[in-house]
Amino acid sequence: MKRQLPIAITFICAFILTVQYFVPHRSFEMMYEVSNVWLQIIGFFATLLGILSLVLNHWEKVKYKQENWIYSIVALAGLAGMTLVGLIGSQDNPVFEWLYNFILSPIQATMFSLLAFFIASAAYRAFRARTTIATILLLAAIVVMLGRVPIGAYISGGLFPWLADILLNYPNVAAKRAIIMGVGLGAAATSLKVMLGIERSYMGSD
Amino acid sequence: MTFFEKITLIDRRIVFIVIALAVIIPLLLRVDLPIKVTPEVKKVYDIIDELPPGSVIVMPCEYAPDTMAELEPMLFAVLRHCFRKDIKVIGCLFFPTGVKLIEQEFKQIAEEQGAVYGEDYVLLGYRPYPAVVIMSMGQDFRQSFPEDYYGTSLDALPMMKGVKNYDDTELVLTINATSGVDFWLIYGRERYGFRYALGVTAVMAADYYSYLNSGQVEGIIGGLKGAAEYESLIDYGDLATMGMSIQSFVHIVIVLFIIIGNVGYFASRGKQRGRR
Amino acid sequence: MGTSVVHLARLRLFLFIILFSSIIGQAAFGAENDWLITKPPLINKLYDTPNDHGKSIKIEWLSAEYDSAFIPEGYIIQRADSPQGPFDSIGFVPIVNNLYTDYEDVINKKDYYYRVAVTGTDITSPVEGPVQASGQWFHTGKTTTFVFSVVFCAMAIAILIFARRGVQFYIRPIGGINAIDDAIGRATEMGKPILFVPGLGTASDVATIAAFTIMERVAKKTAEYQSRVIVPCYYPETMIVAQEVVKSAFMDAGRPDMFNSKNIFYVTTDQFPYTAAVNGIMLRDKPATNFFLGKFYAESLVLAETGFEAGAIQIAGTDEPIQIPFFVAACDYTLIGEELYAASAYLSRDPMRLGTLKAQDWGKAILVVILVLGIVTASVFGSDFFIRMLDVNVN
Repeated sequence: MKRQLPIAITFICAFILTVQYFVPHRSFEMMYEVSNVWLQIIGFFATLLGILSLVLNHWEKVKYKQENWIYSIVALAGLAGMTLVGLIGSQDNPVFEWLYNFILSPIQATMFSLLAFFIASAAYRAFRARTTIATILLLAAIVVMLGRVPIGAYISGGLFPWLADILLNYPNVAAKRAIIMGVGLGAAATSLKVMLGIERSYMGSD
Repeated sequence: MTFFEKITLIDRRIVFIVIALAVIIPLLLRVDLPIKVTPEVKKVYDIIDELPPGSVIVMPCEYAPDTMAELEPMLFAVLRHCFRKDIKVIGCLFFPTGVKLIEQEFKQIAEEQGAVYGEDYVLLGYRPYPAVVIMSMGQDFRQSFPEDYYGTSLDALPMMKGVKNYDDTELVLTINATSGVDFWLIYGRERYGFRYALGVTAVMAADYYSYLNSGQVEGIIGGLKGAAEYESLIDYGDLATMGMSIQSFVHIVIVLFIIIGNVGYFASRGKQRGRR
Repeated sequence: MGTSVVHLARLRLFLFIILFSSIIGQAAFGAENDWLITKPPLINKLYDTPNDHGKSIKIEWLSAEYDSAFIPEGYIIQRADSPQGPFDSIGFVPIVNNLYTDYEDVINKKDYYYRVAVTGTDITSPVEGPVQASGQWFHTGKTTTFVFSVVFCAMAIAILIFARRGVQFYIRPIGGINAIDDAIGRATEMGKPILFVPGLGTASDVATIAAFTIMERVAKKTAEYQSRVIVPCYYPETMIVAQEVVKSAFMDAGRPDMFNSKNIFYVTTDQFPYTAAVNGIMLRDKPATNFFLGKFYAESLVLAETGFEAGAIQIAGTDEPIQIPFFVAACDYTLIGEELYAASAYLSRDPMRLGTLKAQDWGKAILVVILVLGIVTASVFGSDFFIRMLDVNVN
């Protein structure tokens, strides 16, 4: 019963929402809207649990002075501080604006900019012409990298941008479509498995 | 360890330092490079340029400070173009940590171009669950946004007079660094049939060429390069144009690293074979 | 409900203002401006909005032509129950547009008549109608999706029947999945934890569900080898499901005492702060094995490169096409797209799960045949039959 009931609920909900996709009638649209409302309600309670988990984890680290506990103080202070400032004076609060402009923005921009460095180190390490396929990948990468910046056009007389456009518009699109089609069918098969109760890992063990 | 073996194992910290220099040096030198405009960016420009004055476009902006370096120049260039042409803009701030940033960016360009809030542009505030919001906007913008970002009723804003849903707008151009691009495509463009164009990060752009070919997306401004192309089209070189020399330099450096790694790989492999 | 009443009241007030100013305008200048309209608007399409629940009608018209000395503000859409009127103003459209969808208290199966008036004048289009709104029980634009879904489900069920009868199905070896056990063994030998990152998808994303399947296997092995598995979560919902999956796996392995829910925790629902937190775990706890399975976006390379620097064996898998090259470049094994979904069948060897995988293959075969036929008929014979057949219109 512990397992049958969730499977039955899953099947009924999945079946109704699948039928709803094909039926534009108001009653079915309402079912979809209701399911969205339920999703938001569940999301809200899950968020509370999430915040509780975050606070407890860090609180425990601070309380027992576990390794790197000082970072947990920063995390807790950040969570409490930003929430309070946001609640007290809304987003136009100058303190909130200051925190946003001079702490959050630079930190987030720094994290994203790390990509430039990591792309360089990953490309240097991974792009080795070990096999024919790897060589093709390597050459394609070089052509696209040079073709997507003005200097590529400048040094090749327009050849690199032309080649890069061909690579992006044809082989790239063809491969992506193949992957998307495979992913689409795979998603449909997985959904069917979940709907029929064949796939139950997400509920715990078999 | 031979020289060739050494150059296959350059410490990544050295790679990072060289990349940092490749960013800083062109920034100081300010080298201008000619920018070639690609058809997908030109298409976005043409759509906006051909709109009659007074037309309304929707610009959902979904990004945070992390991707700001790529997307802010794009937003600036498009807004400048719109305000110059008297195209009205409805900005949607759908990304929670980007709301404040994008509001500031709209304000900055509006002040620069003399655009007036409520007459030339309107900002709709943050709402969660984008799929539901996009669909309700198809019925009436006021369903999800009875009030704008500042709490003013949409009906009280002169620009929104007669603008009810997507039918009353000419284009949806999303400046986006999230999967929101797909939401606008699936729940918006496919359902309500509006003209749809994108401004996305360079990494994301490659993913949407298939939609460009199928006609579901009419144009793509991809990454800083796309923004620079747009700047050159409106004849207003700014952040993106400045970034082109940096990006060019960094790409050249990465290509050089790849070449060095391969030279070392082949040379050391050749020596190993010789030893055998 | 309250909001919609307020909203309706506002809308009526707005229309009243438009109508009022239009009447005043017309009284003052209406007839005066009429001669400037060289051609009145003409309704050329009036129809029930297709594939909806009714209660809406679409009106399209040919724009009015006018002297450049007078640019009207827009059109007022007027509706009546009979061709003689009286006509109520129901909406306003700026002059650059010529399409309006009427949602204003439209009753299904009732006759309506429409005309379009030019603001600031007495000019209106000829009356068009009658037209009725009606709801549909099937969205005709989705016929292709419906047919393909039915065919796919029928095929899957047929194959499942064969599977139940004991028919064996072949599945090709997938390197990334084969390496899972070795990677867990390595972590155990080194006495280091295992990091499992279930991606940035929600718990209902198919990629995340597939990740849970592999998580179950990893957790079970971890419990058997008495190692520790760390699962930082992007969504609270994901955390709750992941805790349940790991707990059950530990129970199945006979080691419920080893389960510690604090190892499966929520971090933040913000992309790069989450990335920073996971990077911190990799650099501080030095896990011997990293699993990146589920939905990943721009953070994929940042995570994989940091994991590489920390010296971990890395197995990644995602259905996000643009992130696959980054994982291929920086990880030891990568599950590409649908391989991630195939993991549960591959790991369990359960005939029922393998059966759905086989149905997926047959679905792909049908798709390939249709695509080839479409390419040949379109390119050689100029027929767009297959293109139209695959056309999905969800408008």
